Amino acid sequence: MSNTLPPLPYAYNALEPYINEQIMTLHHTKHHQTYVNALNAAEAAYAKASTPKERIALQAALKFNGGGHINHSLFWKNLAPSAAAGKGNGGVLKDGPLKSAIEQVWGSLDALKKEFNTATLGIQGSGWGWLGYNTQTKRLEIATTPNQDPLLSLVPIIGVDIWEHAFYLQYLNVKPDYLNAIWNVINFEEAEARLVEASGNSKL
Amino acid sequence: MLSFAARNALKPNVCRAFAASARQVRGIQTASLPPLPYAYDALEPHISGEIMKLHHQKHHQTYVNGLNAAEEAYSKTTSVKEQIALQAAIKFNGGGHINHSLFWKNLAPANEDGGKLVDGPLKQAIERDFGSVEALKKQFNATTAAIQGSGWGWLGFNTGNKKLEVVTTSNQDPLISHVPIIGVDIWEHAFYLQYKNVKPDYLNAIWNVINFKEAEKRLVEASK
Repeated sequence: MSNTLPPLPYAYNALEPYINEQIMTLHHTKHHQTYVNALNAAEAAYAKASTPKERIALQAALKFNGGGHINHSLFWKNLAPSAAAGKGNGGVLKDGPLKSAIEQVWGSLDALKKEFNTATLGIQGSGWGWLGYNTQTKRLEIATTPNQDPLLSLVPIIGVDIWEHAFYLQYLNVKPDYLNAIWNVINFEEAEARLVEASGNSKL
Repeated sequence: MLSFAARNALKPNVCRAFAASARQVRGIQTASLPPLPYAYDALEPHISGEIMKLHHQKHHQTYVNGLNAAEEAYSKTTSVKEQIALQAAIKFNGGGHINHSLFWKNLAPANEDGGKLVDGPLKQAIERDFGSVEALKKQFNATTAAIQGSGWGWLGFNTGNKKLEVVTTSNQDPLISHVPIIGVDIWEHAFYLQYKNVKPDYLNAIWNVINFKEAEKRLVEASK
């Protein structure tokens, strides 16, 4: 079964002015597509591998491209056209289990954003910032993953791509501006759906 | 005699000077951004002036600042635990400073030394270890393009077997296993504004501005 590039849930220019059309187009049609193609190639090769050594040799390609496919697929869905620009619900956190869970840990959404951005800015290289749900402690946590490593230790609730291709054409070297802007297009409705699913609807 | 206002205005600079000289007494030098050996647009059309300016003035400067801050904090540590906690910052920013300092010097304008490999020890070593310059470029580019994340491609001299080898480092890790002869930055900030996602185009273009003269100097020094 072949992996395919999922369609973007909105137009390429829909996240403007926070993430521009040029970035979204390249990011989706080139970067994510490349992960999909390479994942398919790696999986095809893995299916033909007949020794543990061959399979181990393919692990890096599976992790990198599989992770890239997983991460970007989550990413497109946890973004949405912004309410601030009058285009959708992006950036709006309504009352509900997600808001409660955030306030339980950080006190406020603003406090979460601050800590999330600091953690994501601290990544030394390429990677992702995550808001994740810890199924053991039943609490939200901030985590980061390097390169295209998928988030495994927590259930992904919100992911933010901090690879330079995700922002450089618009924000150049000024990562903090990108991280401040992206909160305007975070799809809190999708994030809440993920949290409700992960927590099995039980009280957090 | 300075007025009260003038003395207070000078205070921050005086404090910084004392701090810097105190660190120098302990043998710690502050890192500084080396000037670019050529104009920002001198590597065009292969690397744009816009990229060179941001890369040098913003990215490299940030590594310099980060390194100085990390070393400052390190000089104040009182436990091995604190020292260990600072290792990542020193490695990342120190590596960034080392790597970029090498990088500016192993680039040169195409209408000067850039891209020109004359007969000599470097050309001989390349032909001996790769067969030809074209074969080196091909292997170097394929290996560098395959880095999964940010990092650097290197032509390095292996002092053990005395051969040139293509190696890579991730993120801002400095090249330690080999003597750096030529380094190429494959972080997206190094090429994205001009080449977008098309890494192979950047890697093909950069050979036009590789300073083989500087590379040869490094090889001769390493071979002593």
